[in-house]
Amino acid sequence: MRFTWFNLMPWPYLPDDFREKNRSVWVDIDPNLFDPVKGHQVYNNYLDLLEYAGTLGFDGIGVNEHHQNAYGLMPSPNLIAASLARRTDDVALVVLGASIALYNPPLRVAEEFAMLDCISGGRLVAGFPVGTSMDTNYCYGTIPGLTREKYREAHELIKRAWAAREPFAFNGRYTKLRYVNPWPKPIQQPHPPIHIPGGGSIETFDFCIDNTYSYSYLSFGGYIRGQALMQGYWDRVAERNAPDTSPYRAGFAQTICVGETDAEAERLYAKHVSYFYNRCLHVYPGFADAPGYRTIKTIQKGILSQYAPQTMFQELPWKELVDNGSVIAGSPETVTQRMEDLIKKLRVGNIFCLMQIGDMPKDKCMHSTRLFAEKVMPKLRHLFPEYSDDGRFWCKPLAKRAKPGSLPVESELDSPVGAER
Amino acid sequence: MQLKTIQTKRAAVRYYESGEGWPLVFLHGAGGLDMDLGFLDALAQKFHVYAPLVPGYGDSEECEELRDMLDFTLHTWDVVERLGLKDPILTGFSMGGMIASEMAAIAPNDVSRLALIAPAGLWMDQHPIPDIFAMLPYQLPDYLFYDVEAGAKIMSAGSNMSDPKFLQAFLVQNARQLGAAGKILFPIPERGLASRLYRIKAKTMLIWGEGDKLVPPVYAKAFQQGIAGAEVIMIPRAGHVVPFEKPAEVIGAIARLQ
Repeated sequence: MRFTWFNLMPWPYLPDDFREKNRSVWVDIDPNLFDPVKGHQVYNNYLDLLEYAGTLGFDGIGVNEHHQNAYGLMPSPNLIAASLARRTDDVALVVLGASIALYNPPLRVAEEFAMLDCISGGRLVAGFPVGTSMDTNYCYGTIPGLTREKYREAHELIKRAWAAREPFAFNGRYTKLRYVNPWPKPIQQPHPPIHIPGGGSIETFDFCIDNTYSYSYLSFGGYIRGQALMQGYWDRVAERNAPDTSPYRAGFAQTICVGETDAEAERLYAKHVSYFYNRCLHVYPGFADAPGYRTIKTIQKGILSQYAPQTMFQELPWKELVDNGSVIAGSPETVTQRMEDLIKKLRVGNIFCLMQIGDMPKDKCMHSTRLFAEKVMPKLRHLFPEYSDDGRFWCKPLAKRAKPGSLPVESELDSPVGAER
Repeated sequence: MQLKTIQTKRAAVRYYESGEGWPLVFLHGAGGLDMDLGFLDALAQKFHVYAPLVPGYGDSEECEELRDMLDFTLHTWDVVERLGLKDPILTGFSMGGMIASEMAAIAPNDVSRLALIAPAGLWMDQHPIPDIFAMLPYQLPDYLFYDVEAGAKIMSAGSNMSDPKFLQAFLVQNARQLGAAGKILFPIPERGLASRLYRIKAKTMLIWGEGDKLVPPVYAKAFQQGIAGAEVIMIPRAGHVVPFEKPAEVIGAIARLQ
């Protein structure tokens, strides 16, 4: 099993009447609600927490990309990952991911990911999302009906750019480059492991299966609701005759809160879970799914966006969120039991643990994170023993890595400082 | 009104045909043709009407090869060519007006009469056109109709969004139709037409509902300034869907091109 501690970086200062006064947390949210001075503290807190998780035995620490979104303050996940690369040691940097169709040229992603892989010594797990309709279409203006074609082209460019051993010309429909020759190249060859976050598109299932990428469902609806979608994925893996059904072909994001007891978990975290589910997920349904973004085949399969009106989160109490699996919460024993249920039912080897929830303060988040790392994670490690050596979907760091901040002693130079050398 | 098919190089195109007289090509808006069939019937009393569907509309196949404005413009010229028409009266409503304008600008010697009904295609920062791609079905009537209440009734007739089957069919239709429209209208319905309008040589009627809240009448002036000699016909007590709300007045305005 591989556990990644994931931080969405939610803005923790949405007012109590946010839902009443704003139609959406995303795209056209009131810009006056952001305060850059508070932002200074928020970003630094969240970086601290990611770094903290990196010391506790999590396999990875995870970041992702959202735009104009108060529950995701990372328009540039690569900036955050770069900062983490220097301040962490042996944990994987899971960038899940950079929306490759939104970069112009998408070669930028090949370059930045290669930089991250070099700086971190091969610790990058790369994510290539198509991006939500909110981000891709409404915030970044990509034409919905062309988004997937643009994505596929960007993917082809990046893969070729990483693999090429000499400059080449790329004559794409959306990107034309005479000299593709990115410096640097990633340490991990032929490329870092690639994870694709998806929301149920058949095309994305197939894309992962065909390229041996890991499919991850980053839902907030929890594992009970996520089961149908993941079953759809595994059905497709069987239909397409994939060579194996390794659980590492799949990942799932789950909101998790651990307390010493079930009661403590509710007492400590209920408020922050409510903040997340009832304020942060308040997305205007008109932004959920631009017509043309989802393919006909996917709509006909009945897979709808988790932001679509019929699945919109209503004012949800703690008990309901816990019962319906949106949140896995409680004592280490309760959480272990439910996590095992999740892992087996969804058949997922990669877990993205959402543990910084809504406006949860740092100390509570650390408490929950530590309990998970110490008392839950070790009890789940043994699952899927038959695939324990499947390294295809995880990074392969260099054995000998640079130590950030190590400086030589100037006095040991042959000549005096400032002299001509 | 008969629904027929012609094959162009790129797509099987469905089109309605009816009437006798001078040929007239009508290009529909982003909402499709359903609401304008009555208008077309009336129009066919005076003209030989051809109303092709943009690929993806109605029961027609989508065409992935149509990606940008030039594709749409040339595709529609291909349709006119396959229909065997020479210098038809070219009319277009909303998105169709945008396509018709582009057709007349790109081939000015092939279009001598042009009727643009509340066309899209221009953008003024002071008068932003509302984002139809972010609207929920119940919000549309406000922007489309002069009589919003009556419009809402017409649009919701027979629709039941709480029925999963209906919802799925609705989403598929939306994805096909607005997915195609989005190629030229998303995120802003402007693809450089302003810089090409001067090429239009056709005698041009600009027909607008006075109460248009989607493409406000101020755009009539902008089109008029761009097209030499264009005439504006402003129709009172009408919103954006003026062919539906005031068919006789619109037909009267088109007839002035004869």
